[in-house]
Amino acid sequence: MKPFFIIHRNSLDSLFGALVGRNFTLVGPTLRDRAVAYSEIATVNDLPFGWTDEQDGGTYRLKKSDRQTLFDYAAGPHSWKKFLFPPALQLWEAERQIGPHEASPEYPPSHEGRGEQPRYAMIGVRSCDLHAIAVQDKVFAEGSHRDPTYEARRKNLFIVAVNCSHGGGTCFCRSMNTGPRATSGFDLALTEILEADRHVFLAESGSDRGAQVLREVTQEEAQESDIRAAERITADASVPMGRLMDTTDIRGLLYNNYDHPRWDHAAARCLACGNCTIVCPTCFCNTVEDFTDLAGTRAERRRRWDVCFAVDFSYIHGGSVRSTIRSRYRQWLTHKVATWIDQFGTSGCVGCGRCITWCPVGIDITEEVREIRANRPDDRKTLSEVGHAHT
Amino acid sequence: MLPHPFTVERVRRETHDTFTLELKGTNGIGGFSFAPGQFNMLYRFGTGEVPISISGDPERSDTLVHTIRAVGTVTESMERLKKGDIIGVRGPFGRGWPVLEARGCDVLIVAGGIGLAPLRPVMYRLLSRREQYGKIAILYGTRTPSDILYSKELEQWRSRFDLQVRVTVDRGEKDWKGHIGVVTTLIPRASFDPHEAVAMICGPEVMMRFTIRELEKRGVRRSNIHVSMERNMKCGIGFCGHCQYGPTFVCKDGPVFPYEKIEHIFRIREI
Repeated sequence: MKPFFIIHRNSLDSLFGALVGRNFTLVGPTLRDRAVAYSEIATVNDLPFGWTDEQDGGTYRLKKSDRQTLFDYAAGPHSWKKFLFPPALQLWEAERQIGPHEASPEYPPSHEGRGEQPRYAMIGVRSCDLHAIAVQDKVFAEGSHRDPTYEARRKNLFIVAVNCSHGGGTCFCRSMNTGPRATSGFDLALTEILEADRHVFLAESGSDRGAQVLREVTQEEAQESDIRAAERITADASVPMGRLMDTTDIRGLLYNNYDHPRWDHAAARCLACGNCTIVCPTCFCNTVEDFTDLAGTRAERRRRWDVCFAVDFSYIHGGSVRSTIRSRYRQWLTHKVATWIDQFGTSGCVGCGRCITWCPVGIDITEEVREIRANRPDDRKTLSEVGHAHT
Repeated sequence: MLPHPFTVERVRRETHDTFTLELKGTNGIGGFSFAPGQFNMLYRFGTGEVPISISGDPERSDTLVHTIRAVGTVTESMERLKKGDIIGVRGPFGRGWPVLEARGCDVLIVAGGIGLAPLRPVMYRLLSRREQYGKIAILYGTRTPSDILYSKELEQWRSRFDLQVRVTVDRGEKDWKGHIGVVTTLIPRASFDPHEAVAMICGPEVMMRFTIRELEKRGVRRSNIHVSMERNMKCGIGFCGHCQYGPTFVCKDGPVFPYEKIEHIFRIREI
């Protein structure tokens, strides 16, 4: 059996200290603008203490909890992707030389992938978000071209996962097989146990360096009863989920329903604001912008997150490919749960529910999929009959 | 990925809105090898970057050739380039035309407008190994006679006995004595064995749709039809997401696709 250890709430700071001692910058949940947001933290006192949340389509409310816990809330508006795939990043800059030619043969000076990348230790990563990181790994670090910034930050990364004791109102990780219990992809995983007389964390390591850190912080092996208590907390029945999604042959479902009337229904409500893509922990679309200074001697290229709901996202000469909101919503949803599987061998949806909570009009990805499934014409072919290219 | 600096060796005016750049590598970048149908991301200092197909001879790796239509900020700034200027190049990217698979077959090239540019490398390749291919037909349609791209080369090719070259325009001008009509009207006039012919098509999507319909009428196998798709591109290497076309990324799974692979999405609007 895997050794489990106990970390007392009061010695959580020694865990943080051990990570800081290894030159990690700690990032974790904090209270900001009446939401749980991921920021740099220094001590346990920076964590939201005694807070929980209520979430539903288009609704997020922080609530004072009657339990003095540190991690009893679901995913907030931030995802961890901002630390590995920065929202804005300078890719390179170039200098124009004085002379007969407008730019020297030496341009642009390279600093791609160079420079010190931050060493983050993420505190409190939920199982859905561990899967989201694994999804982005496939995009940025496991394909034929790799993103140097992402790779460097990912290589440095230390992950302290926290098992969910609280299913959010818009969560559906169980449908996506991504939680609620963290099973891999972490260095350490904690389960918060709050009982009448004690507040402890059951800790397990998922890597050698996780095990090393753990040995420094605690020698107290967990009792059988602690392990059972943690199991009860993360057991399926004790983590009710606000949402469900039936993913049976979801590619076939969507590839056969590009013309489904439900897309018009979603388009009539969708504002094309792109909130869903910004809060999504796996959305990776980005764009680059080229700039010069006023004198036109220095140029740089910056990369930033992009949103497939923007009209110019699909612009080619003559107009945008996806000019209607209907087609843009359809692209987003179909990509997320269907074409993603062809592209990267995994769903792009981890069931965190952020897109549902943070949609200003409460459009619900699980409801859209359900409606398409419930009202599809029954003479459609199965996926294998369509003869899809990548199968 | 960083753009490599290339020097403009020559600028050739093609039509009123198209021009061809001949580029040479600087900084000791020697040859530039590519497969017909691949593209590069071309960068103008501080202005921006655009995907442009390579339109030169794949056998001549000393010179990189791009034919560009000036339609936006970046391409219009490229129109002002002069000999000796510097341009940034990233590439080559993407999958090209099936020139090897087409050996032993008749080859049908159908192009619309600037769509001839990514097919010119195919022509160079076919002509340099003429004996390896069966009948070759180029069917080219454009808007008006003054929009005909590579007209000198088309005339040279037309003078050969081992090539069929047919050109049509949508609107004639008063001294135009050639064919008028859409490019699909040329297909019944071309001589090829439909069961063995490989078709390579590049042009506006609507033109490709009707071309495929016409080819299927003549009995060309779907598995032998190849099309080059166009989508917005920012990275060229499959992670900016802009060029998604159904489950594919046009930049790395295309731009040239076997029609069979995209047939299920080809007629879906706004995909």
